[in-house]
Amino acid sequence: MQAAVSDFGSAETRFVFDESRFQQDFFQLFGLPTSYRIDHTQLDQHYHALQVQVHPDKFSHLSEAERRVSMQWATRVNEAYQTLNNPIKRARYLLSLRGVDTQEETNTIMPAGFLMEQMEWHEAIQEAEEARDAGELDKLKLRLQHEVHVLQQQLADQIDIERDYAAATEGVRKLKFLEKLAEEINSAFDAIDN
Amino acid sequence: MALLQISEPGMSAAPHEHRLAVGIDLGTTNSLVATVRNGISVVLNDEQGRALLPSVVRYLADGSVQAGEAAQAMQSEDPTNTIVSAKRFMGRGLSDIGNASGLHYHFVDAPGMVQLRTVAGVKSPVEVSAEILRVLRARAEEALGGGLVGAVITVPAYFDDAQRQATKDAAKLAGLNVLRLLNEPTAAAIAYGLDNAAEGVYAVYDLGGGTFDISILKLSRGVFEVLATNGNSALGGDDFDHRIYCWLLEKNNLSALGAADTRLLLTRARAAKEELTEHDETRVTAILRSGETIDTVLARQDFHDMSQNLVEHTLQPVRRALRDAGLAVTDIKGVVMVGGATRMPQVQRAVAEFFRQTPLTNLDPDKVVALGAAIQANVLAGNRSADDWLLLDVIPLSLGIETMGGLTEKIIPRNSTIPTARAQEFTTFKDGQTAMSVHVVQGERELVADCRSLARFELRGIPPMVAGAARIRITFQVDADGLLDVSARETGSGVEAHITVKPSYGLSDTEITRMLQDSNQHAQDDMQARALREQQVEAEQLLEAVQNALAQDAALLNKDEEAHILACMDGLRAVLQTADHHAIKRSVTQLNDATVTFAQARMDKSVSRVLGGRKLTDLET
Ligand SMILES: Nc1ncnc2c1ncn2[C@@H]1O[C@H](COP(=O)(O)OP(=O)(O)O)[C@@H](O)[C@H]1O
Ligand SMILES: [Mg+2]
Repeated sequence: MQAAVSDFGSAETRFVFDESRFQQDFFQLFGLPTSYRIDHTQLDQHYHALQVQVHPDKFSHLSEAERRVSMQWATRVNEAYQTLNNPIKRARYLLSLRGVDTQEETNTIMPAGFLMEQMEWHEAIQEAEEARDAGELDKLKLRLQHEVHVLQQQLADQIDIERDYAAATEGVRKLKFLEKLAEEINSAFDAIDN
Repeated sequence: MALLQISEPGMSAAPHEHRLAVGIDLGTTNSLVATVRNGISVVLNDEQGRALLPSVVRYLADGSVQAGEAAQAMQSEDPTNTIVSAKRFMGRGLSDIGNASGLHYHFVDAPGMVQLRTVAGVKSPVEVSAEILRVLRARAEEALGGGLVGAVITVPAYFDDAQRQATKDAAKLAGLNVLRLLNEPTAAAIAYGLDNAAEGVYAVYDLGGGTFDISILKLSRGVFEVLATNGNSALGGDDFDHRIYCWLLEKNNLSALGAADTRLLLTRARAAKEELTEHDETRVTAILRSGETIDTVLARQDFHDMSQNLVEHTLQPVRRALRDAGLAVTDIKGVVMVGGATRMPQVQRAVAEFFRQTPLTNLDPDKVVALGAAIQANVLAGNRSADDWLLLDVIPLSLGIETMGGLTEKIIPRNSTIPTARAQEFTTFKDGQTAMSVHVVQGERELVADCRSLARFELRGIPPMVAGAARIRITFQVDADGLLDVSARETGSGVEAHITVKPSYGLSDTEITRMLQDSNQHAQDDMQARALREQQVEAEQLLEAVQNALAQDAALLNKDEEAHILACMDGLRAVLQTADHHAIKRSVTQLNDATVTFAQARMDKSVSRVLGGRKLTDLET
């Protein structure tokens, strides 16, 4: 597994022997640059390399103290991975590192056009479910995936390049809506199944 | 039996003895035990050379117990005292038990888990399972020539927390140290994947006697990563038997059979089902208690027709698992078939059709789970470094708590990789409220009533405040066995109350002790002596582990820290040979506490070793 870890070559560097790695933020923990665009291959490799070191399976024959520390670490590495791997969580986390709150609970104002589109999506999913049309649901799913992709690209530019965090927070909230739609599609599939 | 060991990096510095560890597949129908010998995973047979132990336990009036073949032979004769498929009742209430589970038992409704009345008294499914595990433990100790340091016990991936806890309790009751609860499809994937150097995304389709699991795993460079799992913990070969049984009743105009006849016909139905795997038709004959004879021919096609919707039933969880993993059928590189019921041709056909490929049946579907569990047990016992492979598993069902209006608030979503933890904050809704009750549930449904209730507990001593001012933080921690621990604390005022709950269906230590005393095999056991011996073994292992850690990493400690640890070690050594197991326990705790920061420093070091400590990108702030 060690071979999986290459250098993360970059200009400025620093050594981190003096601080506990447990306290590091998730990007530091994974040795990745703090940016929204992320190299998923590298993320996966580093995730695996870290779990190989910390997972409870490596400590089950050791002392209670070591097992406890291992569980805490493995839990944190899993949380870090889930956060960085998920496009919404990663954005929310990155923005919070920059002191920006995405206000998903408090700010419910969305552009009218966007809300209209949501209504249309919602109806299309419901219709497909009522017609028990799995093919139509598949199509909707693909279309939704495309929209999510487009939004993510915008978000990446807003965060990494333009540093327009106000626009980015709205982007996160939009993605959250689309995530809900994806869940709706999945439960429509479930409903057709039964 | 001690194998020569070569120490590997990261492992104890000194070569140590081979530690005896086994993998146990505790099945609904059959159970078996395997171990790694000379680097190869092998199933351990009984004296007659049989690998499978029927998961059947019979209680006799004189208090003795039969398990396995002997019990199975008596199931029609003594149906109410002969428990088959006890796994279906593990962690289940009376209302959860479906019709195929054998209505001829005398069920006793009990909080948390149903119990069974037998001539030898009321038995919990945990006790029944423990009898099976005892036989396997004895078989292993006999074959390996020594006591076991522990066992990996497999569970259906779709088992919820109550069912997992019950399984762990059964192992404890059987005197086994549980190294890990391992999901059955994952165990199969280990055995298959390591053998075939498999890479890519695989589906494991596991249809046993009473449970169905589907797991989607990604295998890449030695990492077994479960992407999603789904299933039905009350669907298996038994249900196919039940279809034939119902058909027999109808065909022969039978109704209201007694327990013995029911058991007899279910046994015949199972034989017929297995027969139809090889043959186009089969003849079912039986003589009922009334003297009435049954002689009916069942054609394969008719059997397929009557069981077709059971097969379809397994495909729903398959579709869900794929959706959860975000994958399409075409992403699946291979389908591994596990469980005796996957031998049925109609099952193989349906799976092949669904995945558009021939499923992999080149491994023995009866043994592959135990073989994988043994490989995992060998690693967990510390016999070899597992640097070359890693297992990342998930929880099958979402965990949450009840909120206002009987709704569930999910805290940990299903298919989260374990170990995992999640905290959520709640607040009081009345002025001056000083207590809060927390109801922990598991399941996907919105209404609490539709989910499994895991535990209820109260958090008391909240300082009186206006409504909404208190901050109650509830933390869910799921460990690598997939078992949940919940804690809650009030943080709003800086005053903290803290409670850790073990879910209510889990057996308390006193209950386990009582069961141990009740069981015949252990009545003579001197409990005191056993507790002492276990404590001593644990202490010796701890001393060895700390000794090795110091040999490698003493440099991470300052002089005071090192002196403190050494003093605690001396303290433990001093009491180790006394007969005072409380004193030993105290010293073990002290030494463990003394080494926590050391363990953290060691972990930091090994994490640094893998991801730099070399150069890291400077991070913008
Ligand atoms: N040749 C066969 N044809 C059809 N079903 C079979 C065959 N062999 C075993 N089975 C069925 O497989 C089930 C047991 O499978 P197993 O994997 O041992 O289950 P478990 O893991 O639940 O103990 C039983 O229902 C049994 O009848
Ligand atoms: Mg099985």
